[in-house]
Amino acid sequence: MGIESLVSHVIEKYNYWMAVILMLIGLYGTIGKDNLIKKLIGLNIFQTAIILFFISLGDVRTGPLGEGGIAPILTEHLPWSAVEHAGNEATFIYASPLPHVLMLTAIVVSAATAAVALALIVRIYEEYGTIQEEEILTKEIERERAE
Amino acid sequence: MIIPLDLALLFFLVVIGIAALTVKDLLAAIVLLGAYSFVMATVWVQMHSPDVGFTEAAVGAGASTALMIAALSRLERWSSD
Repeated sequence: MGIESLVSHVIEKYNYWMAVILMLIGLYGTIGKDNLIKKLIGLNIFQTAIILFFISLGDVRTGPLGEGGIAPILTEHLPWSAVEHAGNEATFIYASPLPHVLMLTAIVVSAATAAVALALIVRIYEEYGTIQEEEILTKEIERERAE
Repeated sequence: MIIPLDLALLFFLVVIGIAALTVKDLLAAIVLLGAYSFVMATVWVQMHSPDVGFTEAAVGAGASTALMIAALSRLERWSSD
């Protein structure tokens, strides 16, 4: 394998590289940010990056412009169908529906976890009067000293 | 040179993600996250998974944003970082 084919092999998989970049952005938001809402936004970005990775795994493409597979829908009887008839059997390539179903569940779960996290943040704000993590920690230390 | 549609959308996604994490106005950050979800839904429809795209547009961009704004109405709007 020459160096040129290796480079083009890496560049063709740009979906995965973008998923990794988005994951790193989300990780930075989760760890590096001080505000709790910003941490939640980072978590959300991380989740969508992982879903993007799985959807990329299920997609089929034969050319550089995304041509190849179709959505996993029965298209044989539709008038605009792109089905090519080879002999008597209809053949068509479609994206794998298994990751789609799994990630459909993951999206709904991510909305539910975000709702729980927001409830916890509102409760923390009622208790400490701030949603900055540093200020919460200083107030916690002050309380322990006062006891 | 022809740039694939999803590559352009993915670059857009990275820019919106960084912007959502860097703005100090939390309302702006939440609305940017909604825009991020809509661009992500477009990417998934382009990747031949329209069911996931629909769900993301309805749940991720619609319901999550509404929940976050409802929670933000009880919190401080401005963040220090």
